[in-house]
Amino acid sequence: MRKREMSLLLLSRLSALLVLGVLGGLLAFLISRGGPVLGKELFFGDTPPLEALLGLRPVWNGLWPAVAGTLFLLLLTMAFAVLPGIGCGVYLSCFASPREKYWLSLAVDLLAGIPSIVMGLFGFLLIIFLRRTLLPRGSTGMLLAAFCLALLVLPSLIVATRSSLEALPDSLLLAAEALGFSRGQTLRHVLLPAAGQGILGGVMLALGRAAEDTAVIMLTGAVASAGLPGGLTSKFEALPFAIYYTAAQYADRAELDRGYGAALVLLCLSGGLLFLSWRLQRNLERRWKGVR
Amino acid sequence: MFSSSSSPPWLRTVSLGVGAILASVFAFILFSALAALLRGVEWEFFGAVWSPREEKFGLLPMIYGSLILSFSALALGWVLSLGCCCTLRGLGPRWLAKILLTSLRFMTAIPTVVYGFAAVFLLVPVIRSAFGGSGFSWLAAAVMLALQGVPAMTLTMDGALQSIEEQTSLTAAALGLTPVQHLTWVVLPASKKWLLSSALLGYGRALGDTLLPIMLAGNAPQFAASPLESLRTLTAHIGLTLSTGAGGGERSSLLLAGGLLLVNSMIVSLTARALAGRGPAA
Repeated sequence: MRKREMSLLLLSRLSALLVLGVLGGLLAFLISRGGPVLGKELFFGDTPPLEALLGLRPVWNGLWPAVAGTLFLLLLTMAFAVLPGIGCGVYLSCFASPREKYWLSLAVDLLAGIPSIVMGLFGFLLIIFLRRTLLPRGSTGMLLAAFCLALLVLPSLIVATRSSLEALPDSLLLAAEALGFSRGQTLRHVLLPAAGQGILGGVMLALGRAAEDTAVIMLTGAVASAGLPGGLTSKFEALPFAIYYTAAQYADRAELDRGYGAALVLLCLSGGLLFLSWRLQRNLERRWKGVR
Repeated sequence: MFSSSSSPPWLRTVSLGVGAILASVFAFILFSALAALLRGVEWEFFGAVWSPREEKFGLLPMIYGSLILSFSALALGWVLSLGCCCTLRGLGPRWLAKILLTSLRFMTAIPTVVYGFAAVFLLVPVIRSAFGGSGFSWLAAAVMLALQGVPAMTLTMDGALQSIEEQTSLTAAALGLTPVQHLTWVVLPASKKWLLSSALLGYGRALGDTLLPIMLAGNAPQFAASPLESLRTLTAHIGLTLSTGAGGGERSSLLLAGGLLLVNSMIVSLTARALAGRGPAA
């Protein structure tokens, strides 16, 4: 064995163990501190759950407002992002001329690299601009945050849609052509259903990204206590912001425990979304490529 | 597949609309940054002192902070990634590779803010008791950024190495190379370009990250000389200063910081595209 092989071997073993060890330690820490507080009180405090869920009584010492804020935000983000994202992906893979393809995919690549804080700054500038021109009473809030998050997750939607469609075998297209389908029919009845799981996987991935992002909502309207989301333009609470805020500003043991609980809940949410996305995309590959 | 004239008109409109919105996001930020730069000549944005009370808005400490933090995190993270990737590609036992791959995939799902939260209560106290000081330091932020960057870098490297390994494995076997020799002397040298582009990816992410520096690096606008000192990055600077609702020179400096971050991420993306455009596909 030469020196270089030995050192690579050593490096590989060391770094694998280091990464696994640190990850394990981190998870064990979070679970041991956050696990015991998981339960009804974590979400609803001392408010009766049913009344809290219906919004009849406010929750002061629980995560429910932040969870509701995050879910509402995700819904709104997807309402903004899904149609343009999938449409653009379909257009890129099926219809775009080479020149359009070049410029669109360049724009998507550039957008994918934007730091999320810059997207938050964009939202902030946008609302200032709107205040000076069209909406003198506009302010940061749910709608603006969802719009910026939608811009942030658009690239992953577009790329997932495009690559799911491009992974389909040519024989599908040929068969549809031979049966005399028009282009629109081929797309609607053959290609989209065939690639559906992959596209859905992309949506899950985008959801996961939107759920965990803190920098954007920090600048576009997330606050530490706002109660349940009150409307499209009101300030809101969100899980990632609650975690960030707790780490910096917790006042007592109970708040800190709630922070651990929130971290664990967010971890489960984004882990679950990623797992779903991975399963869906793997199904697609198995079906059309016969991988494994 | 089809020609653009056969596309449903709404699909074309949507796509070109998306393109236009994306372009205007870039134009908007770059234009604001430029305007701030021109307006704020007397504020010395590229000066070394940040002191709003004295009307000094120098961004140099933040630029320095962003650069040293991302490069140190990248150096650590890239070496770890290379090691992990070698484990995945046959230097380690099968079971270890399997566990590692699953863990890395899972790690891509861990929210940045959760890393930050855990580090505030786990890593920072360790640094505090081992080296003194507050513990909120360049070191804490760099370690967590490196860890956070490992999965993406490793998985990119792994994809590239796998395809090169497949292309060369028959020849290597015919030459009587062991898998370890094959990886060390054939696959790794052949995939230099991909190792470089994964480093680029890691750099872009480390520089653009906001939450870890803001939660862990201590945020003092100074030129940190040792890893135990506190520093402030451009991203953290935007987050911190904007939320205080500042105006005037502070506001303008933020716009400029955003513009700098955007230009940096554009350069990284364009370089990555140029790298990916040449040579064999992976």
